[in-house]
Amino acid sequence: MATTYRTCPVSGLQFEDQAEKLMRWNAVAGVLWLLVGGITALLVILTRWPAIKLLPADQFYLILTAHGIDMLILWILFFEMAVLYFASSTLLRCRLATPKIAWLGFWLMVVGGIMTNIAIFQGESSVMFTSYVPMQAAWHFYLGIILVAVGALLGTAVFFGTLVVAKRDRTYQGSLPLVTFGALTAAIIATFTILAGAGILIPTFFWSIGLIKEIDAQLYRMVWWGLGHSSQQINVAAHVSVWYLTAAVIFGAKPLSEKVSRFAFLLYILFLQLASAHHLLSDPGMSAEWKVLNTSYFMYFAVMASMIHGFTVPGAIEAAQRRKGYTNGLFEWLRKAPWGNPVFSGMFISLVSFGFLGGISGVVLGTEQINMLMHNTFYVPGHFHTTVVTGTTLAFMAITYLLVPVLFRREMILPKLCQIQPYLFGISMSVLGLVMMGAGTLGVSRRHWDMAFSGAPFQYEWPGAAYLMMGLTGIFGVIAVIGGGLWILLVVGSLLFGKKLDGGKVSDKPTPIPVATQAASAVAHGSDHVPVPGTVVLALLLFVSFVLYYFVNWKYLSEVWLLS
Amino acid sequence: MSAILPPSERLWWKQPIDKVEWAWIAIAFVWGMIMFGMMIYWHIYGKQNLSNEAYKTTPEMFAAKAEKFVAENTIRIEKGLNGEDIPVAKVPAGGAGYLIARLWAWYPILELEKGQTYRIHLSSLDYNHGFSLQPVNINIQVIPGYEHVVKMTPTKEGTYAIVCNEYCGIGHHSMLGRIYVK
Repeated sequence: MATTYRTCPVSGLQFEDQAEKLMRWNAVAGVLWLLVGGITALLVILTRWPAIKLLPADQFYLILTAHGIDMLILWILFFEMAVLYFASSTLLRCRLATPKIAWLGFWLMVVGGIMTNIAIFQGESSVMFTSYVPMQAAWHFYLGIILVAVGALLGTAVFFGTLVVAKRDRTYQGSLPLVTFGALTAAIIATFTILAGAGILIPTFFWSIGLIKEIDAQLYRMVWWGLGHSSQQINVAAHVSVWYLTAAVIFGAKPLSEKVSRFAFLLYILFLQLASAHHLLSDPGMSAEWKVLNTSYFMYFAVMASMIHGFTVPGAIEAAQRRKGYTNGLFEWLRKAPWGNPVFSGMFISLVSFGFLGGISGVVLGTEQINMLMHNTFYVPGHFHTTVVTGTTLAFMAITYLLVPVLFRREMILPKLCQIQPYLFGISMSVLGLVMMGAGTLGVSRRHWDMAFSGAPFQYEWPGAAYLMMGLTGIFGVIAVIGGGLWILLVVGSLLFGKKLDGGKVSDKPTPIPVATQAASAVAHGSDHVPVPGTVVLALLLFVSFVLYYFVNWKYLSEVWLLS
Repeated sequence: MSAILPPSERLWWKQPIDKVEWAWIAIAFVWGMIMFGMMIYWHIYGKQNLSNEAYKTTPEMFAAKAEKFVAENTIRIEKGLNGEDIPVAKVPAGGAGYLIARLWAWYPILELEKGQTYRIHLSSLDYNHGFSLQPVNINIQVIPGYEHVVKMTPTKEGTYAIVCNEYCGIGHHSMLGRIYVK
């Protein structure tokens, strides 16, 4: 098929015409869903803020369902499709395999997303993101998600196909770049995830139209979480890839060790999916042995993988900075990093927040016995707002500051605001996650309209600290929504009004990636062993926090009623 | 040269791994094993482990057993804030108690004694519900079709609330139950 290749004059990246269009459309669709998700976020926050309590109960549950679907599925999946096309076609400098199928996938996702949203806003499908049976939504709620999943599966297939095309056309020599390897990890996990989703949502759809009589409520939870949690692991693999990508683009950072980083991604493929168990730890239907083995991702090998990435990403940055001569003390490399560049600042806040807040809280929450202290409390959304929001969403926001000039050929408007946006959003969202976890530790429920239990046969007063935490949740939630809204404004504003940039040279043929010469490789090898003491200190700080917080929670557990 | 290009060393898997990286991998591995071991240790020596005893049931079967328990063990009737009559069932020391989760109530009120161990049977008659004992903060999923037998030993006297913390529809926030510990 005839296509063209454009070489971006700023970045040197090469965009194939079809892949470029697909990336743009997917990214724009993602941003629009983020807008819907952001508006619903504000309404959720203003209702859970005890002093405001904006919406009535029925509308609150409706809006909360929409917030979950639009953020966790639609915003992130659309953006991830763009990441997959970027990591394959752009980084490997080859044409996209079967662009027509990629477009079919895109439109299926669009139609499915709109269909599910229609079902939600019609009011008959306020079943939450998880849609646990036997609570039933309208049939098109399920059908829409199925269409989105099929569309995403097609996109994933196009990604795999593109890797084959690149290999066959020899557009690169040797092994895949690490970022592409990470994207491949995400795509493999996505395939598993989407199949698990099909395995449960297709029967549930048949149940909603009366063809199946009953679906076992425990079985639903188990298979559904094969979709629900594993899809978050796609995000982890994707945003870790984006971290490596950012480090490479901003600093020219080279992985400390290709072997270690790739091995860590391999551990993700092998073990991350077991996390389905994280949601079933307080369920009746699974044995303790099953819970212990699965919740630990088979003896914590996937946690080990994340700890490795948490070390090698800043380590690669430190090594690159030290090679440039920032060698004073432990942290000159970090102090002299481009903190005014939102691509870097967003990525680094994402890394720190995901590691210290999302990662640690996730492991503690996913400990079989400790889970009883937190299951279904506000701790759970607190945890995932520091993984999927400050981790994934912030990483995607940060990389967009790079994509707007490179992919959309527009200069970012209002650079001063672009500079502060990652701080505003990243810090407020991190604090939001912390106070949500605080409220959860005090027992406050998630997905709950009224802390005062109006209409209940009894009274129960939450401790004052719980109200304080929920008030802070309100305040920092609103700031985070402003930070997110600012990003949408800046991105959409730049796409519409940003200064047009030169697209660069267009050619009929791809320019292959130049083969690293023997000399260049020798030079690279010579500078391989740069010590990274600053990263060691940061990693040890993470480790000490991790250990302390972990055992504090065992202490809490030892103080509750005895259970056996 | 960088993470967006193919590895500059064609045989990257033969490159040695730096000592510092090995050390961090070792720390992560050992820590993972400790955390894995902690869960097993707690099953052996810990005093807070969620019971594995569960049976398949139906709403009708479970409701019948629970009603029988309430009929045999009710010690008094309390008035709820909406004027409803709610039986208080005293669970025999060391014996079995039944707690129904349904739209939108926990039934009945249970009365327990401090230091006694009880077998509390939990199930739902309709949707998923969440047993969230406050202010102790123990949280257990309650699933229709499954009868979960949880052994509990209260450690402190008082009046406890059971909050429903699994979304169960429009009246979810009014689903509050009670346990007395004497």
